[in-house]
Amino acid sequence: MDVMNFQALVEPDRVHKTVYTDQAIFDAEMEKIWERTWVYCGHESQVKAPGDYHAVTIGRQPMVMVRQAGGSVQVLYNRCPHRGVQLVGNQCGNTGSSFVCSYHAWSFWLDGSVRAIPLAKGYEGTRMTRDNPDCSMKRAARVDSYRGFVFASLHADVPPLAEFLGEARIAFDDMCDRSPVGEVEVVPICHRVIQHSNWKFFMENQLDALHPSVTHQSTGISAGRVEKRLKAEQGSAPLYYHYLSTFASSFEQWDNVQTLNFPRGHGILKAYMGLRPQDPDTKAYEALLVQAYGVEKTEEFLSRSIHHVLVYPYLSVQSPLQQLRCLRPMGPDKTLSEIWHFRLKGAPEAIYRRSLWYYNLVNSPATMINADDLENWTKGQWGLQSKGGDWVSFHRDYGRDTQDGSTLQSTRGTSEVVMRNQFQAWLQYMQA
Amino acid sequence: MSSNSDNSINIPSAGPDLERLLAQDVVIEAGTAPGETGARREAPDHSPRAPQAGATAPGRAVPAAGLLTGGAGLQREVDQFLYRQAELLDDKQWQPYIDLFAADGVYWMPVTPQQTEWEGSPSIFAEDRLMMEIRKGRVMHPNAWSQAPMWETNHLVSHVAIESIGESQIKVRSRFHFMELRRDNVRHFGGRYQHWLVRAPDGSLRIQLQRVDLFNSQAPFDYVLQIWV
Repeated sequence: MDVMNFQALVEPDRVHKTVYTDQAIFDAEMEKIWERTWVYCGHESQVKAPGDYHAVTIGRQPMVMVRQAGGSVQVLYNRCPHRGVQLVGNQCGNTGSSFVCSYHAWSFWLDGSVRAIPLAKGYEGTRMTRDNPDCSMKRAARVDSYRGFVFASLHADVPPLAEFLGEARIAFDDMCDRSPVGEVEVVPICHRVIQHSNWKFFMENQLDALHPSVTHQSTGISAGRVEKRLKAEQGSAPLYYHYLSTFASSFEQWDNVQTLNFPRGHGILKAYMGLRPQDPDTKAYEALLVQAYGVEKTEEFLSRSIHHVLVYPYLSVQSPLQQLRCLRPMGPDKTLSEIWHFRLKGAPEAIYRRSLWYYNLVNSPATMINADDLENWTKGQWGLQSKGGDWVSFHRDYGRDTQDGSTLQSTRGTSEVVMRNQFQAWLQYMQA
Repeated sequence: MSSNSDNSINIPSAGPDLERLLAQDVVIEAGTAPGETGARREAPDHSPRAPQAGATAPGRAVPAAGLLTGGAGLQREVDQFLYRQAELLDDKQWQPYIDLFAADGVYWMPVTPQQTEWEGSPSIFAEDRLMMEIRKGRVMHPNAWSQAPMWETNHLVSHVAIESIGESQIKVRSRFHFMELRRDNVRHFGGRYQHWLVRAPDGSLRIQLQRVDLFNSQAPFDYVLQIWV
């Protein structure tokens, strides 16, 4: 691995196909990125009561996020230190006051420290006595949360979480600020969808404003037809038709949607959906926000121009609609996405239901949108495995990016500055 | 001929005491030992609150056998209606399929068996006829890219039980198994249908609500579902 020349694979305007296809490079990514920096585990509301746990994979490591007796959240390796058996065998649940191994009944407090070793006398005089830290479950090196969103790092030497998130913090600020009490709560359902392609296809696609009107034209056009008919017949159509029909907008319209690209590969695709209708539900909701934050702050919160925020290399957050997708790479050509929805605490039910439509139509396993994305990425993976060419092009608007502080921008929404910025971050991780 | 007559083979031996080592002195008899089992002694209060997957859900009633009071004619009519619906799906007859639904009919696939309302919680499908029309329009569009590879389905419907016969509504449950060919791979889905059926003015059956509970709805989806199940 040490002899890999990552620099040679990433040029400013193109990257070598092997960064998507090669097993050794994938293994290096797990080691140098996922197992070395902050990774999203879940939301605090997934583990409300002491003993509540949620299994989560960080890189290649099976971990368990668990609520402590004292109220904090800890992230532990899901592994019994005796013979290595995983301590929880399902995705989520409650483990009572301790983890108990199903093999030989070693037990551990919720913070991972050993509680009881069966037939402990048998260990007397060995190096595996209970005062040895090796008798306890190993913890993630760092655990922290930002506005209720829990992250862990398996490596101790990382910047503070807020510094890692950088400007992408806005994903969580924007989501929570839209609640009159400044908090969200998870909707306890997680859709899981597997893509047969490298994780980078997803991260690039999320801010790729050129693809929607090509990839999603069938759904956009079909939805637009029904929306138009409803408007003609009834004078208006529910907002959720618009969620689908916007995908069929013209190249020119997409070009006006800007992307903001930050250090560490994070980024934002600005808004295009116009989610502030002036119906009674929205007015009642906005009145609650004004009551909580005042007019000026409310206006600031609701007029933020955000569609997706990316926390590179694994999160895509749609804060105005309270949806979050998290990638768990499984191999160079296999990626699991976990898809969550959140409720704005204290907001009217109608506001939840409005964003629920987006969750159901775009993010469910029967999505009419990602069906075509997934097809593209599968074919993309196969194309990159071929000997028909060595390079992946990111030339659109190359050389015309502008730097504003640490933010990279382009005058064009469809600029491939997004991918160029992500690969600069990738290279920094891989060469560190 | 015995093999140990061959002196060139050196068989490792426990020595002359093997018979003594093998002499039996303890027999574990279930339930007679004092104290708790090993696991309970170590962790007597370990009681996960989440029910085990094999436990019957609390409050779950034993399903009633199908009603026969409607007569063999009604049973046959309902059977044929469900078979017809499955056949239209597999034959890609989208509009005739949609037309099996009442004007305000709904196709609903919840995520969990605990969900009770088609609106207000996450669903895999939650579609009225207008949304079904959008889905139909999508799969028929020449540039529905995901529809380019081979794609066929095969549904089997069985265990059709009429649960109740009301003045205006018949409630039916059944099981299905659904195979899907996409590109070069076959996937399997199974589960339970629940149909709330009503009569159209011409007397034929229409779907007021179809609830589809996939038994694997919470497993990872390898690719997505493109059309109704």
